[in-house]
Amino acid sequence: MIKPDTFRDILELSERRNKKLYEICQECEADSLEISQEEIRDRVKVILDAMKEAIKQGLKSKEKSSSGLSGDDCAKLVKKYKSEKTLFPETLQKVLTYSLATVEQNARMGKIAACPTAGSCGIVPAVIIAMSEALNLDEEAQINALITAGLVGETVSNKLALAGAVAGCQSECGVAAAMAAAGLAQMCEGTNEQILNAAALTLKNIMGLVCDPVAGLVEVPCVKRNAFLSIYAVTGAELALAGIESVIPVDEIVDAMKQVGQMMSPKLKESSEAGLATTTTGTRITEELAQKWQED
Amino acid sequence: MEKVKTLFDVIGPVMIGPSSSHTAGAVRIGLLAGKIFGEIPQKVCFKLYNSFAKTGKGHGTDKGLLGGVLGMDVDDESIKKAFDIAKKLNVDYSFEYLESYNKHPNSVDIILEGKNIPKMKISGISKGAGEVAITKINGYSFNINGDYDTLILIYKDKPGMIYKVTALIQSANLNIATMHCDRSAKGQEASMGICLDGVISDEILDKLTKIEEVYLIRNIEMLKK
Repeated sequence: MIKPDTFRDILELSERRNKKLYEICQECEADSLEISQEEIRDRVKVILDAMKEAIKQGLKSKEKSSSGLSGDDCAKLVKKYKSEKTLFPETLQKVLTYSLATVEQNARMGKIAACPTAGSCGIVPAVIIAMSEALNLDEEAQINALITAGLVGETVSNKLALAGAVAGCQSECGVAAAMAAAGLAQMCEGTNEQILNAAALTLKNIMGLVCDPVAGLVEVPCVKRNAFLSIYAVTGAELALAGIESVIPVDEIVDAMKQVGQMMSPKLKESSEAGLATTTTGTRITEELAQKWQED
Repeated sequence: MEKVKTLFDVIGPVMIGPSSSHTAGAVRIGLLAGKIFGEIPQKVCFKLYNSFAKTGKGHGTDKGLLGGVLGMDVDDESIKKAFDIAKKLNVDYSFEYLESYNKHPNSVDIILEGKNIPKMKISGISKGAGEVAITKINGYSFNINGDYDTLILIYKDKPGMIYKVTALIQSANLNIATMHCDRSAKGQEASMGICLDGVISDEILDKLTKIEEVYLIRNIEMLKK
């Protein structure tokens, strides 16, 4: 069975065959790669395990990245959660810390699973793993969620390249958030339509997000953005699970994102020639790092 | 050539951060270059261009390239210690940071010198999301991206060479996915890059190696995904 290219066709196929989206996805994937569905799930488990390990290592470390721009924010958050009253319930605290743990691990050249990219690697694992702990879900449920997330990312990528250099951050952290929202909706036993609405609602609200990293590094604003968008993904799932629907269907949202990406100035697409990268402070950091690296 | 997408292009790869293009991509270029060269080099110089040059240090592009040449894959935690490991192996490595409008934004030229193998120059680009291509070997144009088992040949340009090579491949009932040829000048040297839909046997490889006019042959295995 060949995986349909659009969300509409995937939904239609799933409904017709009375299957969940992840079931359709793993079946098509197995056919396409000429391996069994069990092998697909085993490969997903390898990635899930790598995500868990990155969180574990990230929670332990305060090591700064080679630029010195990031690396110790997760530790600050963990410390606060141990000692003080906080705004977030424990579930969301976990989402936030797991996200920072992963993405800081990435910045310090640790091992992570790109999802969909390295710069957006903290969002899907944080949501799926933290929420499954809170909901007391087993590994099979986590794998189902990760396949659902992957299906969303892959379907978006049929139209939109998942690269900041092509369509800005909406196509990296934005898509990661939609993937996470869909994965979470799956974990909460949402219907197929609710899962796609979770993705749709999430994507709509990151439309136009630019990629303007300071000194061209995957750190400012990327590290903290992962934390923000992890919580945001939970919002997407929460709304969709209440039966709230996106007025604009998800396929059309992706079309719109592509259009917005094309209209976005190249200066705001990973080239660090505008936005945060060229603020007074961004420029100073860029110059200081260039100086430091020349001396090394 | 549009690659068939899979779920694992979106979730994964498991890799050393921080950047799929500037770190994992660099590792893959280095890994392919190291395999094409064929031994651990005694001396290796990396010329990084444009974005690779400007942001390479912050992304560990330098460590990734060197680690790749030494045989490390994208998820190898020793990439971070690539400089120390190279020193232990007595590999003399250096980096140059350059700008060129004629080059892809993420480009590198790798010049390798070895004990047994003559000096080689291998050029690569990182296309984003960990996708890479080796674009030149010793001046000949190639397009090797690690998605297939790939045969690389440099040989004397004369009639019948493509036939000789492809006949041997056919004798093993192997399908050629794509093929890319180039040459320096008529009657001089030429090159072939052949992507295969399967694994070539040692026996066929041995026969290919024994073709008199073949100066260089490499069988590059598909990169792990």
